[in-house]
Amino acid sequence: MSRQASRGTESKKMSSELFTLTYGALVTQLCKDYENDEDVNKQLDKMGYNIGVRLIEDFLARSNVGRCHDFRETADVIAKVAFKMYLGITPSITNWSPAGDEFSLILENNPLVDFVELPDNHSSLIYSNLLCGVLRGALEMKRSPDLGPGDMEVLGVSIRKEEAEGMCGSGEERRG
Amino acid sequence: MADAALFEFLHTEMVAELWAHDPDPSPGVSAGPRGGEMGGRKGQKTSLSVLKGMGFRVGQALGERLPRETLAFREELDILKFLCKDLWVAVFQKQMDSLRTNHQGTYVLQDNSFPLLVRMASGLQYLEEAPKFLAFTCGLLRGTLSTLGIKSLVTASVAALPACKFQVVIQKA
Repeated sequence: MSRQASRGTESKKMSSELFTLTYGALVTQLCKDYENDEDVNKQLDKMGYNIGVRLIEDFLARSNVGRCHDFRETADVIAKVAFKMYLGITPSITNWSPAGDEFSLILENNPLVDFVELPDNHSSLIYSNLLCGVLRGALEMKRSPDLGPGDMEVLGVSIRKEEAEGMCGSGEERRG
Repeated sequence: MADAALFEFLHTEMVAELWAHDPDPSPGVSAGPRGGEMGGRKGQKTSLSVLKGMGFRVGQALGERLPRETLAFREELDILKFLCKDLWVAVFQKQMDSLRTNHQGTYVLQDNSFPLLVRMASGLQYLEEAPKFLAFTCGLLRGTLSTLGIKSLVTASVAALPACKFQVVIQKA
């Protein structure tokens, strides 16, 4: 392989791992800073939230998606456009509640956990909790203006670990 | 593959998070008598070194994943060129703008529009805040060099945002 061709591949490879590695270093640092997993989880959620409120503008500027008319459309945009754009994966949407206000996203291949092994003493750590915060922050910024301030409750986004791998959140929106 | 914007967003949040946890946060690195400044400076130093440490680990890991052929550089200068081109493109989607050396182990890498500083105001405003946004990257450079077999000290300086210089001093064994 010529030097020129291999240069491009090296950059691409490093670039694709950069976020995963940086995230890993962050979680490691947080585990040192906080005594228990619950606090780390909260911190990841909070940081994710702060990222989400800015990320949504980046997303809307780059994706050309229009207003979502209902929650199902929102779910589609999250899974098929946003996740694809930012993480290169398309989670599947399942588990719709009868009222249509709650769903689950299943990440088959979660890029955040590449190369990651959790030691035994961190069984309560929700490693990918940043993602929940990001979703919560992004969605909160784009809630429908028709809803009054009391109508839109804080979105609940949580990760349920069913198979210890890449299970992901549910978005909850309650209308008043 | 994670989008490049994610790294930038994460980095900004990491800087904010680590700064919020200073035992004694102080606004800037400027000298001058101020009550409790020793504590403030110590707190800042801790946060900067934490960011550098994280960057170092990431740089090491990035270096470790490179194929063997890449690591067979002929000269030290080749390695620095690799940092300025391949590594910089991978992390910041652009090449370093200039590389200078005294051919005695000191290199100055200049980026006229460093992406992690670009979002802040340009010029002299927020100059005091700039070191926080450079610490991780200094560590990253040092970490990658370390994996490539080079021990170094990396510091950064900003005269006017968003341009900055990274100084790499090779440590002889």
